[in-house]
Amino acid sequence: MGRALYCGVDVGASATKLVLADGAGEVFARAVRPSGVDYAATARACLAEALATAGATEADLVRTVATGYGRGNVPFADATLTEIHCHGLGAHHFVPGAITVVDIGGQDNKVIRLDEAGGRVDFRMNRKCAAGTGAFLEEIALRLDLPLGDLDGLARAASGSVRLSSFCTVFAKTEILTHLRRGAKVSDIVRGAFASVVQRVIEMDPLEGRIVLTGGVAAHHPTIAAILAERTGREVTVPPYPQFTGALGAAIGAARGPGGQ
Amino acid sequence: MPADGKPALIKKIRSAGPMRELMGAYFRELDEASKTGSAKVAWCTSVGPAELLRSFGFRVYFPENHGALLGSSRLAPDLIPAANAVGYSPEICSYLTSDVGSYLRKLTPLTKAFGMAGPPKPDILVYNTNQCRDVQDWFAFYQREFKVPMIGIETPRSIGDITKDHLDGLVGQHRALVPTLERVSGTRFDIDRLRETVKCSHDCTLGWKKVLRAAEHVPSPLTFADGTIHMGPAVVLRGDPRAVSYYESLVAELEERKAAGVGAVDGERWRFYWDGMPVWGKLREHTELFSSRRACIVASTYCNSWIFEGLAEEDPFTGMARAYTELFIVRSEEFKQRYLEGMVRDYGIHGIVYHDAKTCPNNSNDRYGLHVRLTRSLGVPHVVIHGDLNDLRLYSEEQADTQFEALIEQLESKAV
Repeated sequence: MGRALYCGVDVGASATKLVLADGAGEVFARAVRPSGVDYAATARACLAEALATAGATEADLVRTVATGYGRGNVPFADATLTEIHCHGLGAHHFVPGAITVVDIGGQDNKVIRLDEAGGRVDFRMNRKCAAGTGAFLEEIALRLDLPLGDLDGLARAASGSVRLSSFCTVFAKTEILTHLRRGAKVSDIVRGAFASVVQRVIEMDPLEGRIVLTGGVAAHHPTIAAILAERTGREVTVPPYPQFTGALGAAIGAARGPGGQ
Repeated sequence: MPADGKPALIKKIRSAGPMRELMGAYFRELDEASKTGSAKVAWCTSVGPAELLRSFGFRVYFPENHGALLGSSRLAPDLIPAANAVGYSPEICSYLTSDVGSYLRKLTPLTKAFGMAGPPKPDILVYNTNQCRDVQDWFAFYQREFKVPMIGIETPRSIGDITKDHLDGLVGQHRALVPTLERVSGTRFDIDRLRETVKCSHDCTLGWKKVLRAAEHVPSPLTFADGTIHMGPAVVLRGDPRAVSYYESLVAELEERKAAGVGAVDGERWRFYWDGMPVWGKLREHTELFSSRRACIVASTYCNSWIFEGLAEEDPFTGMARAYTELFIVRSEEFKQRYLEGMVRDYGIHGIVYHDAKTCPNNSNDRYGLHVRLTRSLGVPHVVIHGDLNDLRLYSEEQADTQFEALIEQLESKAV
């Protein structure tokens, strides 16, 4: 089709996301699959799907950048950048100006502060603990015997919020048993789990300025953004397709050439 | 350059060979003393009164050195559970738990490295709590096992300025060790022998300091990993003339590198400071990751903690009291901030890595906001990685590597 396309692949702990974009960051195709155990094969499958969606071929790809934990396992990538860098690039593309990016991923959380020009001021990552990440919500859904996709609706409709005080995903599940035994409503427990995720993020950093929320958790559970805004008293923006922010950032990095800065 | 044509990520220092021989001789002497009774063996904390012990003719063994070997050999994660099982929490010092686990499981890296069945049996245990209280509990385990005397020094902590009162108390504590040491060693205390040992230890310190200060040069002739290897004699052989000679030869080699413009990292672009303990089992990977990004960890709190400039032959007790209390780890947060600001300036540091070691709170300097205050005062970025010195179950490689890379990306993006 003769278009110059830049590819960004974000091989995350839970899902692999791929974006095809032009040099200005306009997206032509997206693909997402569970990362599985063969990252290279998953990335290739995402690429094939996205190329088909865009009506393009590999010959149209100018440059590919991989990011995420599996960034070193993408054989067709020309370069790698960290997900910290890519979430910054992707978020700033949609929300120019000085922002604080909060990325809640499947396995870790990041807080990335950017200046007016999009340059990174600093960043934080969560400790080696799944509390407050997407993995935490997956465990809670399992404990409550609910499909993951039902959590957001329940949290939105909740009339109250059960306080989950445990720092640990495993102990939080035990705590839920106690709340169920005492007759707490499932919807209030789910909202409490969402609030717990937000609390873990707030503990990482003072979260100043305008907040941009990215990552798979924001995509699947938009109520998290409302709770984050409520708890911080700040404006929280969720960019379109927040699960793909890192992949888009990688594509933007690819368009910027070697170094992707 | 290796056969694949890529630049080496780790450049060996020539003196590593002679150092291995020296460390081998040290351990063989300990082993012989333990087996034959040719000399009494004292176990000592790594920042303890080694000079005093040597002046009585003790062969001195340092369990913390064994702890580091258990970490770097990656035996520790298999041994720690044995200590946990007999009541030592996984939350306390993993040098302690891996060493106790090594004793219980009768498994030690000393066997492969030096042909020793195990650490030498102690005749006495001597500690200084200047680093932490865990060392006392660590030695107490062996006191119960071997039924030998345990004596020690309790150093005040979080000290700002060191006062005469501090020193008087510590001198008194050092002097109080003498009668027990005389009894166990069968040797009368000799002040001249102590002066001689202290002078030798001070000479060792000056040599070790020159080694570390060589890294102020750009490019640095050595990395943090080199420092952790070559500090061996400064830890276990201070007070022994062989350590002094060793550092003379190492300094000469580093001066050669400086004169020839040879850096430990090819094309060194970024210079980092490492605060906290090494992640022993990952030291090689860390070095390679930084080298591959043209980054070098040029200085560290850890390696500098074996510089004892306060040692003074003219007043050996006061000198020892001062030298073992001036240490970074003993000092107040304000002192630590000033110290780190000086290091950043002296070594031309671009970024700081703080290692928050789960089981070593006293060496985890991010816990009271120091890292945030320092970045604010100097504008030098930092990362905090969560891990441990020995217990690799507490370390997340992916998270740490991502943070290292992200910090370098941040510096590169500002340099464009």
